[in-house]
Amino acid sequence: MLKNRIIPCLDVKNGRVVKGINFVNLKDAGDPVEQAKIYSDGGADEICFLDITASNENRDTIYEVVEKTSKKCFVPLTVGGGIRSIEDINKLLNCGADKVSINTAAVQDAKLVMKSSKKFGSQCIVVAIDAKQNGKKWEIFTHGGRNSTGIDAIEYAKKMEECGAGELLVTSMDRDGTQVGYDIELMSKISSKVNIPVIASGGVGNLNHLLEGIKSGRASAVLAASIFHYGKHSIKEAKEYLDSKGIPVRI
Amino acid sequence: MNVAIVDYKSGNISSVINSFKEVAKDKVKIEITSDINKIKSSDKVVLPGQGSFKSCTDALKGINGLVETLNEFAINNKKPLLGICVGLQMFADTGYEEVETKGLGWISGKVTKIDNQNGKYKLPHIGWNEINILKDSRIFKDIKDKSHMYFVHSYEFVPNDKNIVSATTNYSSNHVCAVEKDNIFGTQFHPEKSDKIGLKIIDNFINL
Repeated sequence: MLKNRIIPCLDVKNGRVVKGINFVNLKDAGDPVEQAKIYSDGGADEICFLDITASNENRDTIYEVVEKTSKKCFVPLTVGGGIRSIEDINKLLNCGADKVSINTAAVQDAKLVMKSSKKFGSQCIVVAIDAKQNGKKWEIFTHGGRNSTGIDAIEYAKKMEECGAGELLVTSMDRDGTQVGYDIELMSKISSKVNIPVIASGGVGNLNHLLEGIKSGRASAVLAASIFHYGKHSIKEAKEYLDSKGIPVRI
Repeated sequence: MNVAIVDYKSGNISSVINSFKEVAKDKVKIEITSDINKIKSSDKVVLPGQGSFKSCTDALKGINGLVETLNEFAINNKKPLLGICVGLQMFADTGYEEVETKGLGWISGKVTKIDNQNGKYKLPHIGWNEINILKDSRIFKDIKDKSHMYFVHSYEFVPNDKNIVSATTNYSSNHVCAVEKDNIFGTQFHPEKSDKIGLKIIDNFINL
């Protein structure tokens, strides 16, 4: 039976982790390679890096991080943030990323999703959707949530599937950082609309939220950042909890 | 000893390279190449594959003499070869992704889309799934039945001779996820992405 995946996400800025794991035995708390290794050794099903480097001159730092990480972690590695072109994708894959997650550029140019999934295969193209509730609908935002688009998130999800996305990473902007749980309605609406896997993101504050994301949100995978940082919960605890609730996980 | 990973410009093979180098350390030479002379002189060959059946077979055929060299290596000389993902699928006679496409024809059978049972099963089949080991394959040495492996695919290999199937996995139905026919090995899952247990399979292949 296919297992539900738990994916810890690390925010990387200028090649350094921001908001990382605060373990005492860490040699260098800002080293993304070391943190990714802790997660993969701890049973993470995949690792996700979100590059939030703002300045263009430091954008190359992520390539080095990916290259080093892929030589130490032998679970799938997804990298997102600032991907604009086929060339960006090619570079990340060559450095050892297994998948890339495309956000703003996919909204601006759906052809990028079409072309890249044809060139590299759907399996490595994840489309990231940042959505915010507006009445009974959800609207897509771009540029790290700064720009509204007026695009309906559920329609957009379907369109991205048709363009060749292999997975959708859906983040509720209303919930992100709040620790009150995923936006279950958004997740389940998108998940039932598309036939590709949905990764739920945004809002996890406890282990029960992971359960809700899978059970009620019908997500194939759950992504979380802060509950795994600062040692609040380990990946192992999360898996044992889900297992005890009857959710299939890799233990 | 040296192991050649065939680089035929189809898909991303950096993870395959990294994992083989990690396992090989300094003891075994890992060569990443499309040079047919280097492939001929290597002891073992790894045939990765990403993207569609057609794009992979087209890319293989696009390199002059490569298919003939692989045939000679695996069929005539019976040297060990490991196909991964579409690399395994290409062993078949025919693939049905995009259009009907001729495969290498090493293991009689076809490659067809996984039945999603009217949307009940999402495709691609992405993530960790258990393998059911059906027979002692040499690459499964010290690998326990029901081990988890990482999968990403929408198509499955349906061989005619079920005796060559070394493992299956359950998604929509029990489908083939590993084969062994004499010196030819294949995995539908990605050992290079399947954590320590995947590295063990790579180690087993290197140490055949």
